Amino acid sequence: MSVVRRFLRTPEAIAGTIILAALFAMALSASLFFPGDPQAIAGPALLPPFQDWSLPLGTDRLGRDVLAELFHGARTSLAVGLAAAAAALVIGAIVGTLAGFAGGLVDEILMRTTDAFQTVPGFLLALAFVSVVGPSLSVVVMAIALGAWTGPARVARAEVLSIRERDYVAGARVIGMHPLEIAFREVLPNALPPVLALSSVIVAAAILTEAALSFLGLGDPNRVTWGGMIAEGRTVLRTAPFLSIIPGVTLVLTVLGVYLAGEGVVETTAVRRSLS
Amino acid sequence: MTRPLILLRRRLVGSIFVLLIVIIGSFLLLEAAPGDAVDAYIVSTGGDAGMIELLRHRWGLDQSELTRLANYLWALLHLDLGHSVTFSRPIREIILERLPTTLILMGSATALSFGLGSALGIYAGARPGSFRDRFLSIGSLALYAVPGFWLGLVLIVIFAVDLRWLPIGGIESLASDKTGLARTADIATHLVLPVSALGFIYLALYLRMMRAGMAEAWRQDFVLAARSRGLSRRRIVLAHVARNALLPLVTMLGLQSAQMLGGSVVIESVFAVPGLGRLAQEAVAGRDTPLLLGIILTSAVLVIVINLVVDLAYAFLDPRVGASEAGA
Repeated sequence: MSVVRRFLRTPEAIAGTIILAALFAMALSASLFFPGDPQAIAGPALLPPFQDWSLPLGTDRLGRDVLAELFHGARTSLAVGLAAAAAALVIGAIVGTLAGFAGGLVDEILMRTTDAFQTVPGFLLALAFVSVVGPSLSVVVMAIALGAWTGPARVARAEVLSIRERDYVAGARVIGMHPLEIAFREVLPNALPPVLALSSVIVAAAILTEAALSFLGLGDPNRVTWGGMIAEGRTVLRTAPFLSIIPGVTLVLTVLGVYLAGEGVVETTAVRRSLS
Repeated sequence: MTRPLILLRRRLVGSIFVLLIVIIGSFLLLEAAPGDAVDAYIVSTGGDAGMIELLRHRWGLDQSELTRLANYLWALLHLDLGHSVTFSRPIREIILERLPTTLILMGSATALSFGLGSALGIYAGARPGSFRDRFLSIGSLALYAVPGFWLGLVLIVIFAVDLRWLPIGGIESLASDKTGLARTADIATHLVLPVSALGFIYLALYLRMMRAGMAEAWRQDFVLAARSRGLSRRRIVLAHVARNALLPLVTMLGLQSAQMLGGSVVIESVFAVPGLGRLAQEAVAGRDTPLLLGIILTSAVLVIVINLVVDLAYAFLDPRVGASEAGA
């Protein structure tokens, strides 16, 4: 309880929590408030916002309800952002642990591979992956994770390198535990905190990458995405700029919320560490 | 041997391995893509089944995967990136044509983000905890949350559609027959918006790094020493605190290059700038996988070269770098 209270003491954390709570509420209630297909035609085309209270944010070029699309888009953004970040953290933690714990040739090969993935622009890699495999939600998640796991891998490796010299690891060796069991049951859990500290940055980057991919038309075509909405609005940018601006604002708020909450967590844990 | 040269040699050896892994990775992606180079060639030139058979044999595509990988490597060694379906031209030609535009865009955006970012970072870090520090910290966080392509669209709405100050896209005015200085000025006005959209996002990064580095440096003993010698505050901020916080930013310059190349894909698409990024989008639209992989390999080489240059610059700036390797 006191950790939560300490977390909510920083203004950044409060702002971040409010934004994220609102977004999750949007994502979870999307089907409740806007049942049915958000891509269905709901009214006249290009209705400006705040004109008709049944369509508060107006309609797009095809007469679709912008608010409904916004709610359903929140779902895609959050789902892809969280799933891609989780995948990146898991891949990174496994690769980093193997490299750091095994050392030698395994370490060399894994770290050169990490270098290679860092050399290729992550967005280009995601672009190539999606265009070869074909756009669907899971492919987009994989594509984003492919460019995001290198950071966690490096951090995990550095942490494992220091942990593997500890006494309890030597103890585990003495009682005859299998090296892989030591690596993943004894070392990895203790190496996790600094890796998890990267979460907010990775989630934020994943949400931005997803938006950019769907902006270029490489998102899942069966789902509403904010990036796709911005791309749609772009075709009528001169006459109806609000269609591009509204989903962009929610995108900025989402990413900002993730950053702020992340900063709050870092500050809270930093305080806790200095106290203990 | 001098210190930077030893560093250069070590980095070069490492880079070759990295490049090899990138090449194998892109070969695997190429294999996974539907259709092969012959299909692509036939689509653009036409031909019958016998021709397809003959070409598959001549290009070695009917051989085992390992042989094909060897052939791919051999071709790359001769800087042959293959043939593009969408453009019906050799891929190397197209890439070399588009590369300078992207380099200009990236170079200007890097200069903007590094210059303005570190200047604002010094301004914020000169008084950690002050109002301007908090304002700039929150502001840069918000800026960092902005997707580049959306910022580009907003800039277009404001400066090209409403105010009509700047052109909406492209790299120069069509059929203007401008030459020399007039043409340079024309290109520069076309680049203002894309460079701002790309540069402003990364500005936040340099600002935050500079600010954090300075906050750290204020606590160091040499600052206390400088104070006790009675140096002016301005001198302490610039010559002692900021100077020490600047070095990590130089490393960031190299690490950021890959990110910025990725970012330029969307920015070039938004502003219709005919560079490497827009080419990548055209390759995706035309389902031209060999072209896309050619762009990826070129970017990888570019990133490696940029990082080598940054490392060398770092070695010159900081005498500690590579000293242990030179001594050994």
